[in-house]
Amino acid sequence: MGTHTLDYLEELESEAIHILREVAGQCERPALLFSGGKDSIVLVHLALKAFRPGTFPFPLLHIDTGHNFQETLDFRDQLVERIGERLIVRHVEDTIQAKALTEPSGRFASRNTLQIHTLLDAIQEFSLDACIGGARRDEEKARAKERVFSVRDAAGQWNPNLQRPELWSTYNGRVQKGQHVRVFPISNWTELDVWEYIQREGIEVPALYFAHEREVVEQQGQLMATSGLFPQGAAAAIRRRVRYRTIGDMTCTAAVPSEAATVAAVIQELLATRVSERGATRLDDQLSEAAMEDRKLKGYF
Amino acid sequence: MDILRLIIAGSVDNGKSTLMGRLLYDSKSVMQDQLEAMEKHSRSQAAGCPDLALLTDGLRAEREQGITIDVAYKYFSTTRRKFILADAPGHVQYTRNMVTGCSNSDLAVIMVDARHGLVEQTNRHTLIASMLGVPHLVVAINKMDLVDYAQERFEQITSEFSKLTQGYTFQTLTFIPMCALQGDNVVQPSTHMPWYQGPTLLRFLEQVEVRRHTNLSEARFPVQYVIRQQTSPDYRGYAGKIISGSYRKGDVVRVLPVGMESVISAVEVGGQKVEEACAPRSVVLRLADSVEVKRGDVIVKPDSLPTTTQELEVMLCWLDNKPLLSGNNYLLQLNSSVVQARVGQVAYRVNVTTLRQEPAPEHVAQNDVVKTTLHTDSPLPHDAYTCLRENGGAILIDKTNLATVGACMIQ
Repeated sequence: MGTHTLDYLEELESEAIHILREVAGQCERPALLFSGGKDSIVLVHLALKAFRPGTFPFPLLHIDTGHNFQETLDFRDQLVERIGERLIVRHVEDTIQAKALTEPSGRFASRNTLQIHTLLDAIQEFSLDACIGGARRDEEKARAKERVFSVRDAAGQWNPNLQRPELWSTYNGRVQKGQHVRVFPISNWTELDVWEYIQREGIEVPALYFAHEREVVEQQGQLMATSGLFPQGAAAAIRRRVRYRTIGDMTCTAAVPSEAATVAAVIQELLATRVSERGATRLDDQLSEAAMEDRKLKGYF
Repeated sequence: MDILRLIIAGSVDNGKSTLMGRLLYDSKSVMQDQLEAMEKHSRSQAAGCPDLALLTDGLRAEREQGITIDVAYKYFSTTRRKFILADAPGHVQYTRNMVTGCSNSDLAVIMVDARHGLVEQTNRHTLIASMLGVPHLVVAINKMDLVDYAQERFEQITSEFSKLTQGYTFQTLTFIPMCALQGDNVVQPSTHMPWYQGPTLLRFLEQVEVRRHTNLSEARFPVQYVIRQQTSPDYRGYAGKIISGSYRKGDVVRVLPVGMESVISAVEVGGQKVEEACAPRSVVLRLADSVEVKRGDVIVKPDSLPTTTQELEVMLCWLDNKPLLSGNNYLLQLNSSVVQARVGQVAYRVNVTTLRQEPAPEHVAQNDVVKTTLHTDSPLPHDAYTCLRENGGAILIDKTNLATVGACMIQ
């Protein structure tokens, strides 16, 4: 008899597949939030394992800020074509026009928080009752408190008082009309787990995650890609060998100096680093101590 | 490398946060920028010594609104294991938080202040850990520096605690003397207590043998979702997670609650056929006969059947701030099965501090633990919680606001 126990990646994988299938079993109109980053790519891989040979019981939904790296968008389109699933794209630019929103300006201006409007509009447009996301609890302390099935109120807000106790692996994804749940199948994964899984499964990720030469400017100690999207100030553009630890908007995601050109090298780099993932790269979290908490309360991913 | 899920029970006063911070810090799971952020916000900054308790600090919303989000999770790993650490906040809503945190834990660490020994809270923590079926218990006897690292004091507490746990059935019970503030016996062995020969806490966490899901005789597969594909012939597969036992091609199985039998024609993982799969793997089972199987059904083997009844005796922990009313109807969810359940008469309430049975209260309030009966509208295949935790723990859901309001351990 096979009495072997699962190793940690198999256990995390099994847990995530179980969560995805609970969404399919409990929710009527779910969608998978896809950003083109490694965490959402892993989610797609897990969904293939959960539902093949059938089709996904949900579309992929990308909220495009218009400030994405071109490599990310190309990768997204190739992936969607390969798996033959439905992709919905909604553009922050359209929301800005339609709702006459004011774009932030000045230093570190970013459309990061404007995504919330587009996301909540899309949730309403498609009457979504569940949005699957790739957020992990190890990323940030507000996310450390997140449930796997996390209720959002009718205004799309994360109301800590609505959070349900989550016992065993029994998930309650029922919501009242107008509310929805955010579901996080890889809650219990760390950045390292994600990379070790990518390695084991041979999952393809955008080349931005590996060391490459790029023109950057230094802003407050962070290396930002030159893009013409934000005022560069007096800083001169320099060429550096860098990679991205997270892929978000070009305006708020920094590159890190790196020589790691393969998945194995990235794993070695992560084992040695003393700086956290978001600490190294995310200007959006460094605005204040509770920056993520504030965005989550309003309906952020 | 496998995963150990644990909970540390205690309050700020007996050093819980310091211990958690110490485990994260000494296992190098805290990054430089997180330390710097912590030091920046430290109110009491002793030079060169970060306040480790801040690593588990709450949200601004919790501080401002005086609310508690039940459990936060921390992650650390060593070369031997990955650890998922549940942090259940101490004072407010303690029973509810502890019940939630324990429900997924393989091991509980109970903090005892060496100066005070066993206090009311120790009883409460131990009872809940036992009631939720946490297999391994570690008693961390902390602040040994404040009792001069005295072996006599340690042994006194050990013997009192052993008396307390006589009625309980923990698989292992381990006592570790420590000083979390300075790190004695957390990750590094203590130089102050040469009389203690046992492992440090981290060493023990790395080595304790966790035998989950090895109960091969009781095979349980709750169906979550049916995968259909119009091919020739049509594809139909039952997606779910094996919560106990193992399944292989050719096994005779029974589908509950209806009871029809069939044979497994294929076990698949990610669209690939496999010979056999064990708990806790997520798989797809395919059956030889075209029987009607739906979400909520449980595929089992006929040689070890769960109980399938409409009347359940349960220990119920009430989680909601509205009281429980006998006679009310709720939804009862056990894995993927959902049935309607009416709560019968409450037999008694357990005083979680004195551990005594008390007369049933008129209204069962939040954090109450009571013995009661549930009458379901259709048969529910289940196991006794103490025999098979994976198929004996269920939640009650309020039918009007759909919140999770109760945790049931089926007897």
